[in-house]
Amino acid sequence: MKLGFSPEEEAFRAEAAAWLAAELNGPFADVRGLTSLVASPDRRRDWERRLGEAGWSCVGWPKAYGGRDATLAEQVIFAEEYARAGAPPRLNHIGIELAGPTILAFGTEEQKARFLPAIARGKEIWCQGYSEPGAGSDLANVRTRAWRESDDWVIEGQKVWTSLAQFSDWIFVIARTEEGSKGPKGLSFLLVPVDQSGVTVRPIHQITGEAEFNETFFDGARTNTANILGAPGDGWTVAMGLLGFERGVSTLAQQMGFRNELDAVIAAARANGEAKNPLIRQRIAKAEIGLKLMRYGALRMLTDAEGGRLNPSALTYKIQWATWRRDLGELAMDVLGQAGETVAGHDYAFPALPNLFLYSRADTIYGGTNEIQRNIIAERALGLPREPRGDLK
Amino acid sequence: MHFAFTDEQVMIAETAKAFFAENATSERTRAAMAETGVDGALWQAFTGDLGLAGVAIPEALGGAGLGMVELAVLAEAAGRHTAALPLLASLTLAAPAILAGGTDEQKARLLPRLASGELVASFATVNRGETPRATFSDGRLTGAALHVPHGAGADIFVVETDNGVAIIECGAPGLRITPLTSMDQTRPYARLDFGGALAEPLANPRAAVHAALTTGWLAIAADALGGAQACLDRTVAYAQERVQFGRSIGSFQAVKHRLADMMIAIEQARSAVYWAACAIDEGSDEAKFAVHAAKAFACDTYSDCAGEMIQLHGGIGFTWEHDAHLFFKRARSNASLLGTPDWHRERVAALAGLGEAA
Repeated sequence: MKLGFSPEEEAFRAEAAAWLAAELNGPFADVRGLTSLVASPDRRRDWERRLGEAGWSCVGWPKAYGGRDATLAEQVIFAEEYARAGAPPRLNHIGIELAGPTILAFGTEEQKARFLPAIARGKEIWCQGYSEPGAGSDLANVRTRAWRESDDWVIEGQKVWTSLAQFSDWIFVIARTEEGSKGPKGLSFLLVPVDQSGVTVRPIHQITGEAEFNETFFDGARTNTANILGAPGDGWTVAMGLLGFERGVSTLAQQMGFRNELDAVIAAARANGEAKNPLIRQRIAKAEIGLKLMRYGALRMLTDAEGGRLNPSALTYKIQWATWRRDLGELAMDVLGQAGETVAGHDYAFPALPNLFLYSRADTIYGGTNEIQRNIIAERALGLPREPRGDLK
Repeated sequence: MHFAFTDEQVMIAETAKAFFAENATSERTRAAMAETGVDGALWQAFTGDLGLAGVAIPEALGGAGLGMVELAVLAEAAGRHTAALPLLASLTLAAPAILAGGTDEQKARLLPRLASGELVASFATVNRGETPRATFSDGRLTGAALHVPHGAGADIFVVETDNGVAIIECGAPGLRITPLTSMDQTRPYARLDFGGALAEPLANPRAAVHAALTTGWLAIAADALGGAQACLDRTVAYAQERVQFGRSIGSFQAVKHRLADMMIAIEQARSAVYWAACAIDEGSDEAKFAVHAAKAFACDTYSDCAGEMIQLHGGIGFTWEHDAHLFFKRARSNASLLGTPDWHRERVAALAGLGEAA
């Protein structure tokens, strides 16, 4: 067991930090320090391309697909330096963390060559088409249909909560391709271009007043029959494989964002005297400890993943960070008091901490609610029986 | 960076796990509870046959010369069975105090015998708000120490006082040792009244106390981790076999979600314990923060898991016959010993740049 980094790894850190500092104090100074997922999309697309050109976009991927073949330790270091440098949220995080790894695991050689370099070079932005109005926690209850017509799959249906679809070039969709099939059977995993007349993206205004999520309508949308991951009818396997991917490295970058949020809460508490309040101190200490334990939990998962082992504790990570962040939002409001509940001007747009209080209510819902996470942990890690399924339509 | 056990650490963990599973049985622990809180045969086997007792004592002084990670591995394995051993008192409190603060002569005289189990030591610390307190002057100890773990069975004591740290033998004229009926009978307390007894000073009291507390906090956290994991494992097994309403109770979300919450906390406690162990071993800047975090988090986790174990077992979990209360009581003892979770979190708050509390 060892936590420190070697001199070679520290040299890699220095190289990454120097490159990031030069870019973010130079041509990309305007996006440094951004935290919003929807701000400055055009400039963040430029930033994706710049990262790609310099080989810093998907450092853990094979060089052949536009990556850097970075070791685990190097990936960890880059994630840390990325956040430390104040680099903006990745516009293509779904491409980098979800679409790319899924294509890497399930794609044919042609599909890998077609899609991966475009993600790594920042040329194609991706979003995810999983949830539907009737398929939330019960994700397999998909109604979106697809069928073959000559060289295309034709798609009809509706997806919802498609984060960042308004900026995306491609969407991956699970659709029912076997008529009359139910549940996880008969689904296929399709890669679909967004920019076509059969696809309509409509923003959903959320409780923060922003619109990050969308409804996405498919009305005779088409994609080439080559653009299916896995065999027709095997879409559920691919979709679940994606949920099982090791997201440890990207979580380290996410944690640096959490660090900034916690620092902002501490700064606010120091500024208004709440930092002396023993109850607030306890909660800040809990947040500090929770954040560190996310980091070291991620390092455990990553070390095991590098050795080819899936650490069952990986299943606990989603609920852990989501709950931590929701608690931080509440702590932020308790520190700020009523000052956090008002904002100057007429726009319903709150600053970072009150916005965190509102936004973090989504964290414990999307990507599998806390309740679904507990089911997954109980069934897959602890081996407890499934709850019997009901029969209401 | 490699945050997983080495092959050697895996071997130690497996050996220790098997050793305690075989030897620290409920039956033997209960026999020890009815006596002094020490399973003498277990202690002999642990310090003798297993040969891992001196894990963090240098080889030249009769130990195995390993580090905090290995020590945490042992404490975790012992904690899984609420083993009735003076492991904490003798090897993770007194021994590190002597190693860090003793003279060369004291180290050479005492540490090999502690590692071999021939000598059992305990550590008496200054507790917040407790009176009377201990003082050390002119080579004599006065006052009292109110809660000394496994104190009734110790041969020597390392005593932290308001002015220095001293070693006193259990037979020193004037010293009175009173065994206390303790909630956790696997680690009972004794009260020491020093009565002006002669004691020998440690050369470096600050280093001694620092080492004892750091190692002790880590060992308690590791014990809590092992105990919490045992609570989860046993409760999962019970939830699978217990049938009500025609289903195993483990198929109800009201039950399985609570078991999932136990695992979520335990996995964080595991990260905390081994992060702290590595941070101490590597001399990291984070070591202080890490060990306070580990003590607070692992002890809270153990308390929660032991409480859930009783609740999810229902009535049987409330009986003396069932082992749930052994875990519940050890969890309580761990939480209080050497600083409550709230106290450790307050240390974290200070380290996190919040300044002083009001």
